[in-house]
Order: sequence, then C-alpha cells, then structure tokens
Amino acid sequence: MSETPVPEAGTPALSVRRLTKFFGRKPKEALDRLRAGAGRAELAPLGTAAVIDADFDVRRGEIFVVMGLSGSGKSTLIRTLNGLLEPTDGTVTVMGETITGMSPKRLREVRRRHVSMVFQHFALLPHRSVLENAGYGLEIQGVPTAERRERAEHILERVGLGGWGDKMPSELSGGMQQRVGLARALASNTDILLMDEAFSALDPLIRKEMQEQLVELQQELGKTIVFITHDLNEAMFLGDRIAVMRDGRIVQLGTAEEILTDPADDYVAQFVQDVDRSRVLTAGNVMEAPRAVVTASAGPRAALRAMRDLQTSMVFVVGSGRRLLGVVHDRDVLRLVQRGERSLEPAISDDHPVVSADEHLSELFESAVESQLPLAVVDEQGRLLGAVPRVTLLAALGNVSSNTGEHAVIETPATIPVDVITATLHRTARPDTAIADAADANAVAAAAAEAADIRAEATRADAAGERSPA
Amino acid sequence: MNDFRLPLGDWADAFIHFITDVFGGFFTVVRNIFAGFYDLVDFALQTPPFWIVVLALAAVAWLAKGWKLAVGTAVGLLVIVGVDQWDNAMSTLALVLVASLIAVVISVPLGVLAARSDVASKVIRPILDFMQTMPAMVYLIPALILFRVGVVPGIVATIIFAMAPGVRLTELGIRGVDKEVVEAGQAFGASPWRILRQIQLPLAMPSIMAGVNQVIMLSLSMVVIAGMVGAGGLGGEVVQSLTRIDVGLGFEAGLSVVILAIILDRVTGALGTPRKPGAPRKQAPATDAAEPLGPEAERLPAASATA
Repeated sequence: MSETPVPEAGTPALSVRRLTKFFGRKPKEALDRLRAGAGRAELAPLGTAAVIDADFDVRRGEIFVVMGLSGSGKSTLIRTLNGLLEPTDGTVTVMGETITGMSPKRLREVRRRHVSMVFQHFALLPHRSVLENAGYGLEIQGVPTAERRERAEHILERVGLGGWGDKMPSELSGGMQQRVGLARALASNTDILLMDEAFSALDPLIRKEMQEQLVELQQELGKTIVFITHDLNEAMFLGDRIAVMRDGRIVQLGTAEEILTDPADDYVAQFVQDVDRSRVLTAGNVMEAPRAVVTASAGPRAALRAMRDLQTSMVFVVGSGRRLLGVVHDRDVLRLVQRGERSLEPAISDDHPVVSADEHLSELFESAVESQLPLAVVDEQGRLLGAVPRVTLLAALGNVSSNTGEHAVIETPATIPVDVITATLHRTARPDTAIADAADANAVAAAAAEAADIRAEATRADAAGERSPA
Repeated sequence: MNDFRLPLGDWADAFIHFITDVFGGFFTVVRNIFAGFYDLVDFALQTPPFWIVVLALAAVAWLAKGWKLAVGTAVGLLVIVGVDQWDNAMSTLALVLVASLIAVVISVPLGVLAARSDVASKVIRPILDFMQTMPAMVYLIPALILFRVGVVPGIVATIIFAMAPGVRLTELGIRGVDKEVVEAGQAFGASPWRILRQIQLPLAMPSIMAGVNQVIMLSLSMVVIAGMVGAGGLGGEVVQSLTRIDVGLGFEAGLSVVILAIILDRVTGALGTPRKPGAPRKQAPATDAAEPLGPEAERLPAASATA
C-alpha cells in the first residue's frame, strides 16, 4: 500500500495486452501453436484455450461489455482482470499497475482498492445478514464497524433496499439478492466494477429494471464497469463499447451502433440479426440532414421557392441560433404570397413531431404514425439537428444499411404543382422585391449550410462519448 | 513357490520394536497426557450424584433439540441407573468424549488440508481407507506395546479407527462450498485464512458436524474392543459377560451402550443443524436462482463468522 504509483489521470482503467489463458498440461507448447495460428479445435487434445490474444483498453467511466455465447471465454477473461486467474501469457494492468505476476498479497491490495465484482448467482454469504453482506468489502478493507454499517446502510438505501439490512439473503427474492451483490460491490468504493453475467439469473422484467438502475448509478457515480453477458440486447443497452467474443478471440470491438451496422464478420452479423434494432439505434444515428429549412426572417417567398426547388410540401422554419420554430405548408405559404404578406409568422404551425437525438427508434414510432411530416430532431437548446422521415425509420429497422445515401429521402410530396407556384411567384413579383428575392435565396442556402455545421458538431460530440460526468 | 513368503509381518513387528526403542519416552508422555485427560473427564462425570449428571445431560439435550429429547435422555439414563451400570456407563462416556475430541481435533485440520490441496487429498485418502478397514483389534496390539494395559491403548485405537469420517466429511464439506462465494471472498481481497474462517468453515459446518457425529458413533462402537485391553467401563462388562457366559449381564451392559449411542447420536446430530431461536423453521421464499448449498445454508448460525 505504500509505494503504489498514483495512476495518472490519462491512463485507462484497465489495459489488457495479448492476453492468453490456456487450461491444460503443456501451456508453452499450446501457446506456440496458438501464436502460429492454430485454432481452438486443433488444441483440444492438449486442453482448452479459453482466451486467445485479447488486446483492449477499458476507458475510465465507461461501461465496457464483453459479449459472447457460453464457452466463448468471457468468464475466464473477466477473472483475469482481477487476478482470480493468472494469464498464460500477456499482461493485465489495473489503474496503471500491472497485476500479472504480482505477489498474492499485493494483488489482494489491488482488489481491495480498485476492483470489486458482482457475480451471476449473487455469491452472497448465506450465513450473514444483508447489511453484513453489503459491508463485506469494507470489512476486508479494515473499515471500523460503525462506519461500515453506516456506509453499507447508505448504499443499500441507494439500490432500493433501505430497511432490509436485518434480513438474511435467503429471505430475499433473486432480484433483491443481486441488489445486495451490487451494493456490496459499490460500497467497497472501488474504481472498477466487474460484473459477471450479473443479471442473467434474473427474470426479464427485473433484469430490465436492474439494467436501467445500473446505467443510472453509473452516470451518477462514474464507475468503470466491465459487464459480461451472453444477451446481445443487454449488451447493446448497457455498453458504451462492446467486445464480441467467439471461441476465445475478440472478433469485434466497437460501439453498439458500429456492431449493428457494420458487423466484422458473418458470425457477428448472424448474431446481431435478432437484435431489436429499434432499441439500439437512436434518432441521432439515423437522422438525415434537414434540407428543407428556411429562416423565419427569409419570408414567404423564399419559403415557397425552397419548396418548389426541393419538390416538397413543407419546410422547417428556424429562428435565430437555429432554434426550430415549426413548419410551414405550401398551401399556407402560397396564400401568404398571394396576399403579399412579408412575414412567414402567420403560417408557422408547431403541430409537427419533435424528438431528441438520443431517443431510441422504438420511441419514435408513435410520433411517426401520428404525423405525415418527417420527425424533427433537436438538441437540448431546441436547435434543429436533422430530420427522420418515415422511410428512414423503416430502412433502419430492416437490415438495410442505415446510411440512406443511396435511397433518396422522400419528403412529403408537393401538393401544389410546380408551375402554379412559379406562376404565383412571377405574378406577385415586384421590382422592389426582386432584390429581396435574391436575398431570400441566399438566406435559404445559408440556413442549410448552418444546419450541416451543427449536425457535424453534434456527431463529433457523440463520438467523443461524453457519457461520464464531465 | 511354497518357500517364498512376504515378510510383511516381520517388518511390522520390527518397526514397532524400533519405534518403542527410539520413541519410548515420547509415548510415555502421550500416555500420561491421554490418561490425565481421561481421568479429568471421568472424575467430572463420576463425582456428582447420578441425578445431577442426568439433569445436566438432559439440559444439554434440551438446548440441542428440545424437550422431547431431554425427556428421552433422562429416561434412558435412569434405565442405566436401574440396571446398575451407571459407573461403567460414565467411564465409557468419558472414554468416548476424550477419544472423539482428540479425533476431531486431528481430523478437521486434516480435512481442511485435503480440501485445499489435491496432493494432500490423494495422500490422505488411502491412509484413511487403511485405518478404517483394518480390523480394529489389530491396532490394539501395537497400542498395548506402546502404551501398556489400561485406558490409553483403548483411546488410541479408538482415535485411529474413528478419525476417518471426520477427515472425509470435512473435506467434502469444504469442497462443496459454492465456488462463486469463495471467489467473492477472493475478489474482494480476503486472505485465504480469512476465506477459510469466514466462508468455508461456516458453510461447510453441516457436513463437518455430520463428520463429528460419525466420529462419536464409531468411538462408541470401539468401547467394547477397548474393554479387552483393560479400559473398563461398559466394554469391560461385556468382555466379562462373554468369558462367564452371563447372558443377563451381557444384555444389561449392551443395552446401556445402545442407550448412550442413541443419546449421543441425537444430540450431536441436532447440533449440526441448530434452529434459529424463536423462529419456527419454514421454507424460505422461493428465489429464482438455484440455491447451491441446499437448505442447510440458511440454518447456519449467523454468529459463527463475525470478525
């Protein structure tokens, strides 16, 4: 505990380098053959190569999910992360300290301070009360009894088990027992939480609830979580990044969206086939650049011209700072132009659906059904980021690429023939408005360009993965 | 072929002689310790009037299980008093208690060792097989040479014969502790000793107590044999009735052994699965996870593992 190096702020929470774990009699020989490219099946006579050449970093404050079917080596992998299993080759570094080859005593010290664990079957001590279980990690850390009780009670309260401290684990339901398991890990106040199939033994409703609670707790406490699961939906819901394992190797490492839209091989593709895409992809993932946009100050003539050029019956109207004001329809605008109105204001309606960028597609359907119009995607300040037409929504759900570049976005078709609009514009054109018209056209172009900027900015922010509290 | 003979017997004989010559002093010390221990327990059981001992044992039975066992214990002991075997029964009880205690003290740590190391397990297992299956009277011969006539060779032979289930059930119990719970201890940074004390021993307790129960029962079955080398007690009475062809005495002494056996079995059996005071035993609410330890786990004493 004395000469442990203080981890620098930039180091990853966990670093795994070329980690291989082989169970069997001749690890050296097996290792050589693995490195020479032998597969798992060829080594079967010697033993089991549980993990082969795993190489990844876990960033601080992220939920890193390792996903794979049973036998893919994910449970072995997680047990090497806290030194419960010693790797055959490669290294594991926890908060800047390489634990591979560390003495048992120092390893225990690292576990106490940095890594706690939640187990599939809860692994509570059945002969101790819930409170004593929650405080077990603290007890091993040598925290005095009174403080231990207080902290354990606090954390039990936090996971929704306030007042259950005196019960025995066997008196609790499965979901509650796992809350105790979670409380025990959280109470230890370690930076890293390893969760080994933590919710797999729970029934679906409780599981969903626990997943939501975990995300909530993670956002609040900023823990680094390594989560093992065989359930892809769970992986997609929880994971900031997901490592897909097959036969001991990590076959793909990426965000949920990357794995869903760009599977590394057929295995992953087959795997993600059954995923409920509508619960993984968000409005921000699938939205299109909003082309039909005018600024409110541009006036009705500009709006009408934009609609004519884009062959659409509506445009989004944005105010200063690209705040979305509403939409205008071609009939209403046509009427304004015919009356010679200079302001677009009277025609703006706000009955169009608005969604935020991080809403899942599953939440968009209702709005999409209720309205003819594309869904407007806005950020917290109400700025227009993009639009999700129905066709995009459907394309994203099917196994079609969510990049809709090749199929043109069909906006609501124009309801008034082009020549009628052109004629009206001509008829109402006055010499003094000709210049204004030119200015209007510029305004439309500028609005579209600005939209692209904001969208790019939003995408960048997304990519930076700012899930943790800044 | 007829001339050839494996001189195993000669070797064993030479070995014992060698031991006697070299370690004679050591065995004298052991003899004195065992004898002193036995005398102490025997004194504690023989000195008070019989009804005090009967009440005390009935009270133990009450604490262990309940009033029914207490009444049964009292009645059984009074029958022993009625057939005038009280003093002999108490000598036998003292011998069983001393031998069992020493056997448990040796066998539980051995069981722990066997559970922690596969090598130890492989070494210990055949030795246990040997100790348990070798006809018990064979132990008496070297024990007689090493410890001379009296109660001590009886105790030693009893310990050797009765130890095996203690080791086996301790090993089984500790190996049977849910692996994930042990892992939890490791994952939170507990030392191996702490995991043993706070997790493995408490969770293996039902199995260990079953082992203790078996040790005591086997000890009791040895008392008659111990009687042959002058250990006295009920065993001595049975041996005497055999030499005199005295059916009556044989029956009375034998019945007393049976009564003691039943009392000891029920009391130690109940100690393995203690009730929670005040709470009626009932089924825990069903959990959707498999309870890997079975119902025993919930009945473990909560106090046994506080730091």
